[in-house]
Amino acid sequence: MSDETILRVRDLSVDFPLQKSVVHAVKQVSFDLKRGETLCVVGESGSGKSVTARAILQLVAKPGAITGGQILLDTAAGEVDIVRLGSRGLAIREVRGRRIAMIFQEPMTSLSPVHTIGHQIIETILLHEKVSKEEARKRAADLLGRVRIPEPEKALDRYSFEFSGGMRQRAMIAMALSCNPEILIADEPTTALDVTTQAEILSLIRELQRDRGMAVLFITHDMGVVAQIADRVMVMFRGEKVEEAGVFDLFERPQQAYTRALLGSVLKLETPAPRPPRPATEKPIAKIEKLELHFPLNAGFMGRPTNYLKAIDGVSLTINQGETVGVVGESGSGKTTLGRTLLRVYDPTGGQVMYWPSNGEPVDIATLGRKGMKSLYGEVRMVFQDPHSSLNPRMTIYQTISEPLRTNTDMTERQMMDRVSELLSRVGLPPDIGDRYPHAFSGGQRQRISIARAVAVRPRLIIADEPTSALDVSLRHQVLDLMRDLQNEYRLSYLFISHDISVIRYFCDRVAVMKNGKIVEVGDVVQICERPQHAYTQSLIGAVPRPDPRLRADAPQ
Amino acid sequence: MSAPIDTAGDADLLDQQVHAGSLVAASQWTLIWHKFSRHRLAMVALVVVVLIYLVAAFAEFLAPYDPGKFDPRYTFAPPQQIHLFLTDDEGTRFAPHVLGFKSQVDPKSFRRLFQPDPEKVIPIGFFVEGQPYKFWGIWEANRHFLGPVDKADPFFLIGGDRLGRDLLSRTIHGTRISMSIGLVGVTLSLIIGLILGGISGYRGGLIDRVIQRVIEFIRSVPTIPLWLGLAAAMPKDWPPLQIYFAILIILSLIGWTEIARVVRGRFLSLRREDFVIAARLDGVSEFRLIMRHMMPSLYSHIIAAITLAIPNMILAETALSFLGLGLQPPIVSWGVLLQDAQNLRAITQAPWLFVPGICVVVAVLALNFLGDGVRDAADPYAK
Repeated sequence: MSDETILRVRDLSVDFPLQKSVVHAVKQVSFDLKRGETLCVVGESGSGKSVTARAILQLVAKPGAITGGQILLDTAAGEVDIVRLGSRGLAIREVRGRRIAMIFQEPMTSLSPVHTIGHQIIETILLHEKVSKEEARKRAADLLGRVRIPEPEKALDRYSFEFSGGMRQRAMIAMALSCNPEILIADEPTTALDVTTQAEILSLIRELQRDRGMAVLFITHDMGVVAQIADRVMVMFRGEKVEEAGVFDLFERPQQAYTRALLGSVLKLETPAPRPPRPATEKPIAKIEKLELHFPLNAGFMGRPTNYLKAIDGVSLTINQGETVGVVGESGSGKTTLGRTLLRVYDPTGGQVMYWPSNGEPVDIATLGRKGMKSLYGEVRMVFQDPHSSLNPRMTIYQTISEPLRTNTDMTERQMMDRVSELLSRVGLPPDIGDRYPHAFSGGQRQRISIARAVAVRPRLIIADEPTSALDVSLRHQVLDLMRDLQNEYRLSYLFISHDISVIRYFCDRVAVMKNGKIVEVGDVVQICERPQHAYTQSLIGAVPRPDPRLRADAPQ
Repeated sequence: MSAPIDTAGDADLLDQQVHAGSLVAASQWTLIWHKFSRHRLAMVALVVVVLIYLVAAFAEFLAPYDPGKFDPRYTFAPPQQIHLFLTDDEGTRFAPHVLGFKSQVDPKSFRRLFQPDPEKVIPIGFFVEGQPYKFWGIWEANRHFLGPVDKADPFFLIGGDRLGRDLLSRTIHGTRISMSIGLVGVTLSLIIGLILGGISGYRGGLIDRVIQRVIEFIRSVPTIPLWLGLAAAMPKDWPPLQIYFAILIILSLIGWTEIARVVRGRFLSLRREDFVIAARLDGVSEFRLIMRHMMPSLYSHIIAAITLAIPNMILAETALSFLGLGLQPPIVSWGVLLQDAQNLRAITQAPWLFVPGICVVVAVLALNFLGDGVRDAADPYAK
């Protein structure tokens, strides 16, 4: 067995000393990596999976440091302990890039924008190997071809910002492969990418690995990705290794409670939550008609635009009372812009948004004046994607949640305090935390606070813009269940924007698929997820990695 | 569903750092202080700046003499050394003192030459009675922090100037004028900068473009000639206090541009922050949105901008006064004092006339380091 093992990690510990305490980011983690296999390290944020990966290349960010253990790399001259090599010097540089290469989550920040792609790859080759410039260039073009970048010769002379996200990640992979490493460490390489691009990159990594017999250490938080590419899986939680098993064993016979909980929360999102049947006659609450939002591009000399960016291009969609309508699309599809335009964060350039207020005649939000909008802010609310940026860090929780009460009702301070405590316990937080600041809370707690703020004024329609995508998977269904409960309680309607099909399927009644500012398909959520009609919807649904390794092409029967 | 709170579920390293201990209810100032106190150079600078402002505040008390008191017998008197122990017939004992001068006129150059005279022992002490003064122009007092026991004796710790005035006393009084010009001038620039920068950043559009072009125009005018022109336009017969305020206004007319830019930049980026959009969707009025939701995130940046603007004010005042176009005697500022150090004679005979220059350097450096520290700590939520 040992001749197959290329990397043995023994009792690895990494500490981050803070002002008054020490965070043990990685606690005595041991694992083996064999030639030609893919080991997935999976865990939620803060589990220490990324730190483990970085420690292998001595890339732990200061003030963190490896405090114990061994990282034994198998070389021609016997085993080398990477921990002993230190983070600087020739010895570790010989390992980095040449023996072990790494690709990162953000392909934009890992590539230099001032050098051409070719320049950066050629430089890597020249740094590690004694070849002529021409030969290095030929090899670079070859590599770009291998990662399926079209016209590799031309691509060499282009800059990273001319590439899309997926292309950039391909270029990163090409660079990582330039010196034929034996181990590739991939730290969430597809997290920043759309699902269709993710599927392509995953199959590329898999294929390259098979061709070269490379060992891959793949860090991810996504069980779906694990199921698609892993040979073996290591589960981490709070710096410790919880479980290590073959991918089929892990998914079918998880041994540890944490693994079961993690898989449980993933699988829970795989099926739609039970929901009451829709009434026979629907009453609309909002009706979007041919909505348009065009941003002028290339403003000419006299400010006359020559072209338009059509962020929303003739969208029509109806939201019925008590209904949850999902909007799904990839980045740049205009889904977030749509949500924001409904509340006039952006002023639409055409079309109508009819809204039926609780009392009175329907109004057109698209042309409503300042005063009219003001009366709507209490009825139509928004929940933002990132609970870190949507809560003012300089205001206490009480101040934040009471703000809509202050402006939309005439409650006294006393009444508001009672209402805020009530809301906090309603969303599952202790009622006495009003005097704390947002930084004292984790992402899941913050999102609960955001939801409390949204429902504080008893709204009728909530526009939820990716409310779960900044959260770990085990928190997602909790937040969704909370939103569901509140929906029943307040008879809310939701416009639920997400890029994540599984969340949409779990939570929504109907779903609209957006692409390039247009809705390509609308329908019942089950119908769209199981029998998509439009080609784009089909590719979108097909690309979602399912958390079931038996669905893999190479799965044993 | 009332799920238990996910205490550490997705807390990243930074989160855990803040979760720990007493910081859960910490306001932004506590966090800023935490970050700032880790900046060692800035902490040292903070101490220096506080000391300088204390000197400015208690100038009358700290200075041994009135800045205007002159004595022709002691023109360009050299600095005296403080002796802690006195040895005489009765033996050695602790008795802090300085030595008086033996002076003679050099017959060739007509220069007055000073020698310490061991015979003339001038005992000194703390909290001695000296020249009476009005503390802050209100209270009559005559105690001085340090001085000769007999107020008629000469006491020149860092030397005397052209008219035999005590340079230490003059520098201490100059601290008050120079440092206050920085502070008051910046306050004035801040008011203009905050309003114009705020409008520019929040409103945008045409008004933004107009204000920005005005700022660019002002900044493109060479400052020294502009100041010279404005200062020269001041009537010579104005009283010194009026000149002081006129200089203030001239300095802040240019100084506000920097602050306006900082404020505008912050407003532009804040306007797109999720939490500002969220507040707008709460139906918050525009005034409340600016004052309650946007301003608090500006305070710390403004403090940093101020700290970095004060040294510019001090330098500008020094430069103007040095050229004789700023403050006029009898007002004493570091720049006014440096006028005496303009000629060769000062360098060769009385190098101590440069002491006010050292004060300028120390004050400006300390304020700059302090400003750097505050700027780094200004956004404690940045990762």
